[in-house]
Amino acid sequence: MILVLVETDDGGASEVSRETLTFVRRLGDDVHALVVGDGPAGLVGQLGEFGVTRVLHADGDAFTSYAAAAWAAAVVAAARDASAVVAAGTSRGNEVMAHVACRLGVSMAANVVAVESAEPLVVSRQVLGGSALEEMALPEAVAVLTVAGHACDPQAAEAPTTPEVQPLDVAISEQDLRARVVRTEPGEPDESGSLKSARVVVGAGRGAGSADGFKDLLELTELLDASLGVSRVVTSLGWRPHHEQVGQTGSRVSPDLYVACGISGAIQHWAGMSSSKTILAINTDADAPMVTKAHYAVIGDLHEVVPAINEELRRRSSR
Amino acid sequence: MTHVLVCIKRVPDLGGEIRLTDDGMSVDDSSLGHTVSPHEECAVELAIQVAKDTGGQATVLTVGSSDAVEQLRNALALGCTGAVLVEADASAYGPADVATVIADVVRSHEAAGTSYDLVLLGNDASDTGDFQVGVRLSYLLDRPVVAGVSTLAVEGDTVVAQASSPDGGTEVYEVPLPAVLTVMEGGIEPRYPSIPGRMKAKKIVIDEVVPAHEPSGSGRVRLKLPPAQPSQVTVLGEGPEAAAAVVDLFEKLGVTR
Repeated sequence: MILVLVETDDGGASEVSRETLTFVRRLGDDVHALVVGDGPAGLVGQLGEFGVTRVLHADGDAFTSYAAAAWAAAVVAAARDASAVVAAGTSRGNEVMAHVACRLGVSMAANVVAVESAEPLVVSRQVLGGSALEEMALPEAVAVLTVAGHACDPQAAEAPTTPEVQPLDVAISEQDLRARVVRTEPGEPDESGSLKSARVVVGAGRGAGSADGFKDLLELTELLDASLGVSRVVTSLGWRPHHEQVGQTGSRVSPDLYVACGISGAIQHWAGMSSSKTILAINTDADAPMVTKAHYAVIGDLHEVVPAINEELRRRSSR
Repeated sequence: MTHVLVCIKRVPDLGGEIRLTDDGMSVDDSSLGHTVSPHEECAVELAIQVAKDTGGQATVLTVGSSDAVEQLRNALALGCTGAVLVEADASAYGPADVATVIADVVRSHEAAGTSYDLVLLGNDASDTGDFQVGVRLSYLLDRPVVAGVSTLAVEGDTVVAQASSPDGGTEVYEVPLPAVLTVMEGGIEPRYPSIPGRMKAKKIVIDEVVPAHEPSGSGRVRLKLPPAQPSQVTVLGEGPEAAAAVVDLFEKLGVTR
């Protein structure tokens, strides 16, 4: 049996959790899901569509606010006969699975993208921010791993199931609750959430030139209903806030279109946007990595090209 | 008075391209500079701030070759007050090994009279991306741990820390000391070293430790790079004259309003 820790949002299992449920079918075993705390309506039916045969539900006072160690205790309680314990490669997923690996005394593979061999288990996982892969052996009796975002598309199972729902008894110690969320504060309305889900992202790098160099870029985001994403240079120079940063230590985005303006394409930035469906680079340097890796390019200064694009968009929309 | 141990890792400073060594087991860093990850730069900054605010000490530690002295000196120049080099071949170490040797240093310093109230690490190393050394260390030391905090403040015998929540807000933790925290970039601006700081850093004696631990390894079979793709780029034009072709593309992709 494979146990998947499912993260939820208002719509049910989160997108990365649905990707994870799709991914684990490659391991060819019965899939059980663990849900911690209140699940949204319709979750069990959705898990059935993804081929889950049993849903274990951990609920109670210990789970009303997030504590990674308590979640890990629930995973371990649910994992008694598991050959693999899997979560999505999110902040939560990686944190909880690290606890689980400690409790089970085994290794953990973070951000797995492929199974290379089932027996013995060898996986490929993202290293160097996703710009390289590592083949890693997981020789222990139970494999603990997380699945990288966008490792596969979420797909319902060929044979949907009607999962059996079972409450899970979890023994929680005081120690499991030493590090627990005591309160949450809502984010600014326009922080990284909209960037991650944007259909179009206008990216800006060193080529913007200064903190005052974003006017035309921001106008382009308005005209395309896009979000602004920036490289690390831009945030470390203080030109734009960190929540707009795209890359290895910022947000990962995979929009339909990424317009990379004045971004050379260092590995760390590429790691955050390489899964964009279409990439258009606007750059003065025809040999910049971003240009050679893009699908489309305009060779020129963004401060001349972007205003011209804005003008053309306005002209066509007023027709 | 809060004593902080902050753990960093020397990693290659990658540009636009990665090369592997002939055996495929590591990144060929022979022509590259080295750095620490942005998460760790923030962890060092937080360690220095906490130590200054409370009149405590900020000690920086790394597990690696003697070359990593460069990264330790940089942290000393920023304001760390002591440094430990656990001399080891980092490529033979997996995350459990790294946690084990850090725990050994924490225990031996404690036996010698220095207890670390806080141990800070980066959320994940920018090269191996294991996401687990901090958590493993917390289990070895039997201390609470929070992963991915962006800001923190010590209040009495508690550390108050903020981390981003999955829905884009902020989650606040209040954790009893001693504790382990892993730091994520974004909450603070790391400072730059000063000339007097660099001078002072040169004089600090780095504590070199040879670990007794026999590493169990990382499970790495080999590294591989995505196949080199010949450039498929379609150049739409040069300069502002390309605007019409760009907007044609937007319309073809259906992204115009």
